[in-house]
Amino acid sequence: MWIYEKKLQYPVRVSTCNPKLAKYLIEQYGGADGELAAALRYLNQRYSIPDKVIGLLTDIGTEELAHLEMIATMVYKLTKDATPEQLKEAGLDAHYVNHDRALFYHNAAGVPWTATYIQAKGDPIADLYEDIAAEEKARATYQWIINMSDDPDLNDGLRFLREREIIHAQRFREAVEILKEERDRKKFF
Amino acid sequence: MFTTRKQYEPYVSPFDPCAPILVKTYVTPPNLYVGFQPPNLPQFPLHEALKKGTLWKIFYDPYYSPYEMANKGDGQ
Repeated sequence: MWIYEKKLQYPVRVSTCNPKLAKYLIEQYGGADGELAAALRYLNQRYSIPDKVIGLLTDIGTEELAHLEMIATMVYKLTKDATPEQLKEAGLDAHYVNHDRALFYHNAAGVPWTATYIQAKGDPIADLYEDIAAEEKARATYQWIINMSDDPDLNDGLRFLREREIIHAQRFREAVEILKEERDRKKFF
Repeated sequence: MFTTRKQYEPYVSPFDPCAPILVKTYVTPPNLYVGFQPPNLPQFPLHEALKKGTLWKIFYDPYYSPYEMANKGDGQ
């Protein structure tokens, strides 16, 4: 069960009308390493992982949904008042034809989200290593979006989200250490 | 301590079609170096931590685009 707090995890500000940035940001909405994929991956894996790290997957999976809201807000702000002409210039003409200005779970190239982006192998180490990789890929994606963006307010929010990826990767690495259970033991192989 | 930015110089061919990028950089974030987080690490004040995205100074590693770097000139 969840309790919903009707506010964003971090304030989303967008200073320039630049629908092109929405096209890039949608990668983090419905892309392979986006926030939706992350949330669904962790919230699903947690059923078949050792008890000690279930809570971590619940917490991080939940936070990814909060990040999803932030990305959605960014995309919405960037496109809600754009004319069809502006959307065309931004390369969003195909999106407009199919969805008007509605958001949709697809990546920057328009490929719809698919469950094949995520995995649940049932092996705790394999799953956690996938999660670490997913966080590093999401961090890299934020870097490339920041590189393409000249909107300082938007970048501020993206920097926050990127920092959270670093923390999540750290916590998943610690989860691996917990499952290895050799941390405090003086054991030599 | 560790650095979170690394550089390398890729091979440059005399026949490269585009102007070569002589130095390439990549990121090695703090989570690669810390292992299991030790106790009693320095923290940011709470309000600052909420803005920065982490409570822990050791994990704070903001990323700025080359565009922002040129404008602000602050280090990554």
